Amino acid sequence: MTVTAAPHTWTGRLRGRVQQEFPGDTLLPDRQPIYVASWIYVFGVLTLAALLVVLASGAVLAVAGPQWWHGSGLGHYVNSLHLWSVELFMAFMVIHLWGKFWMAAWRGKRAMTWVTGALCFLGSIGTAFTGYLVQSNLDAQWISTQAKDGLNSAGIGAYFNVMDFGQMLMWHIVLLPSVIGALVVVHVLQVRRRGVVPPFDVGAADRGQAGARP
Amino acid sequence: MTATLVPGRRTHPPVAPTVPWAGRYREYDLVKEFVVALVGVALLTAALAGIFSSPDVPQATLAQWSTAAPADFVLTAAAELDGTSGSATYGAPYNRTPDAAQKLGPVSLQHLAGVTTPISTATDFVVGPLDGTVGDPALKTALGQWHAAPAAQRQAWATAYDEALQAAPDNAAAQVAAGDYGPVPVMLNSLLGLARGGALEGALLLQGRFYRSDYTKPLLFLADGTYLEERARAEHLGGDQWGMMNETGSYPGQAWLWLYTFWYQVKPFSTSDNADVLVWAVMAVLSLGLICVPFLPGVRSLPRWIPVHRLIWRDYYRRSTG
Amino acid sequence: MSARAAVVNLDHPGHYLHWGVIQISTANAVVIALMVLLFGLALLLPFPKGRERP
Repeated sequence: MTVTAAPHTWTGRLRGRVQQEFPGDTLLPDRQPIYVASWIYVFGVLTLAALLVVLASGAVLAVAGPQWWHGSGLGHYVNSLHLWSVELFMAFMVIHLWGKFWMAAWRGKRAMTWVTGALCFLGSIGTAFTGYLVQSNLDAQWISTQAKDGLNSAGIGAYFNVMDFGQMLMWHIVLLPSVIGALVVVHVLQVRRRGVVPPFDVGAADRGQAGARP
Repeated sequence: MTATLVPGRRTHPPVAPTVPWAGRYREYDLVKEFVVALVGVALLTAALAGIFSSPDVPQATLAQWSTAAPADFVLTAAAELDGTSGSATYGAPYNRTPDAAQKLGPVSLQHLAGVTTPISTATDFVVGPLDGTVGDPALKTALGQWHAAPAAQRQAWATAYDEALQAAPDNAAAQVAAGDYGPVPVMLNSLLGLARGGALEGALLLQGRFYRSDYTKPLLFLADGTYLEERARAEHLGGDQWGMMNETGSYPGQAWLWLYTFWYQVKPFSTSDNADVLVWAVMAVLSLGLICVPFLPGVRSLPRWIPVHRLIWRDYYRRSTG
Repeated sequence: MSARAAVVNLDHPGHYLHWGVIQISTANAVVIALMVLLFGLALLLPFPKGRERP
């Protein structure tokens, strides 16, 4: 076995770091600890799947612009896909949150998984909010003129103007999805990096040596 | 030649280990699970969209408002002109109205943020759009009289007419008592005509420009009247109707906003002039609490005390004790 | 406005449940009830046993 010098290039160091954080089959394992055996575990992937349908339906709406759905039957159907995928996304995400809370899934140095997940939740609510603002119908007119009071009272409305259709549309289709997307990637990588949180009171026989990788 | 990392020879300190699992493993096909989830959710979405569709209650227009409720429209326009409307007296970020901003204790975040969208309701909502109108000799004369008068005279006319409209039966312009209102009645009647003809949104939106995507001015003007609120309350969207959670019609809405809108229904928020900033502060603290659950003593121990986890991991616990 | 071929037409005034200060639309109540039901089922329904792996 040869002893190789530590890489000094940025690329080499990044590669080393990635290999250290995600060695072997960490990223795409085809086995899980025996305790991963409950339907509650599927709500994370259901949330992810719903998010992809949200993004896909949103992309189709973007192709023909924000007014298309008012005058086209197909456009209206795509808008319906977007609305119902969002309802499913929020429902699955909250059930996922309930499950992760009752599992205390932040244990075992998994606090950042919880933190990124909570940020995804709060960020998604904000993203959905901007979506409601750009419907260009009565609902949007009401929501914008009401929400302005909350945001103005906190000083935020001076820079984030919910009545500015152009600004809200760009936040909704560019800025917020980018942030949510990045958070989701980090969140999922955290889950793979640390593995699925074990039960409370793991038996001594199942507990490995400290310092060994799972 | 590629450099390789050798176990035991690391360039970074090892990642602090979690309690590693030394127990048994089961086969688990993550990619198949993901594909099944994606196809399932896509089909479910397609079905829900096909069965239930989605709401699209048409936008309220100034033409509809001025036709359905002309007295309310003219009353609102009068308030914009004499600076007593909701928008005119709002404070930051639209104008500098003393004591208008909400306060969180001694601090007014609203005031601190400054006037970033300056609006003069008299100019932006009334006189400006009228100045852009051509072909109406009576209006041209009225505007000439308006622009020639000193500011104090203009304010006196506008205030007198606003008060007269409020006192008139049904706030009807035709029933207003005689008085010195200058050119104001002609101006507001012309604004009513401009709205009914469908041109006012454009004038409010564009303000002399070609491209605009900021609907602040037409929306503020619309919201200063009662028409938008009546249409919204008919759809159960009002604040005291838990409207933040609701969608128009019988569609499911934004159930996830339940806690945010809850505070508005109870004291002290429901009776406070600072309700919005108080609710924001409460929700900011609770949101921070949610993010920091792993670090909050007591909260982070709830899952151990209330053992829902015994259901989730019952197979594992059964095997371990068996 | 385009014609919508919805099987179930939800474009009519909603029904609302009142309980003290709480007001909730039937639609939202159904969504929340379904979520709680799904959570309960997820906890209770047996999960398929997988092949053991080394």
